[in-house]
Amino acid sequence: MESKITNYSVPTEYQSELGKMNILGFWIFIAAEIILFATLFALYGVYHDRIGDGPAGPEVFVIKDVVIQTVLLLTSSFTCGYVITSMRRGNVKGAIVWIAITLLFGLGFLVMEINEFIHYVNAGLAIQTSAFGSSLLTLLGTHGAHVTFGLFWGIILAIQLAQRGITAFTASKVHIWSIYWHFLDVVWIFVFTFVYLGGLM
Amino acid sequence: MSSKTHASGVGNIVGYVLGLILTFAAVWIVLESSLATSMKWTIISIFAIIQAGLQLFMFMHMSEGEDRDAKVVHTVYAIFMGIIVVFGSIWVMTAGHPIG
Repeated sequence: MESKITNYSVPTEYQSELGKMNILGFWIFIAAEIILFATLFALYGVYHDRIGDGPAGPEVFVIKDVVIQTVLLLTSSFTCGYVITSMRRGNVKGAIVWIAITLLFGLGFLVMEINEFIHYVNAGLAIQTSAFGSSLLTLLGTHGAHVTFGLFWGIILAIQLAQRGITAFTASKVHIWSIYWHFLDVVWIFVFTFVYLGGLM
Repeated sequence: MSSKTHASGVGNIVGYVLGLILTFAAVWIVLESSLATSMKWTIISIFAIIQAGLQLFMFMHMSEGEDRDAKVVHTVYAIFMGIIVVFGSIWVMTAGHPIG
């Protein structure tokens, strides 16, 4: 698609009209994502103590693993910040390396989350066990599915950066992916605080 | 605008360190401190909101570019609606008319 440069005084991702509009459009999508996760948090908030015959939260949560997951995702959000920093310095190699580091932390998070799900099922808490299990695993699973999507998205963007370099076209895409990735950390902060820490109180 | 849009990397480190501190402080408050449960809830909620704000402003570049007003207003409105969805649902489903 045509992305004509209209303004050189701003970072590359804002230089074309298309890039600027796509970034604004993605923020509008983020608002829809906020509402999506709000509904899932509402569901969990209503159903978290409806455990039926299954285990309750404190019986299955492994807080040490959850803290490690949190640190992994927080660190990936931090390294993702350097993707944009490198890109704005015109350092395409740096940007690709930072994307790779970010994705490795994201992958670590995902592996731990899959292990967490296996642990829950082994402990007798599956998605069909109770309203608590359904709402918990729907919330965590929706977040995990977003992280999975973000991993593949990041890989594809890194390939495109390697092929085309930093242009108004690629820079706005990478900027949008970084917004998405940070947003997943924002959601996780609330999962960590209200599901896990809240569940232990 | 240039100082804001050309990320220096310092903001990244500040945001990260604050995020780690708030995460571990929240864990400590819940597991180790002897505060009342309602107090714990209040403190960890504030910590979560601060962390989310750090992400939005320091990492997500929400308040930069020509469209910053549209981005900020639209996102704040979505957060407001999200809060109503969460607390409204919990209130409707639990206050005075139990479903069990």
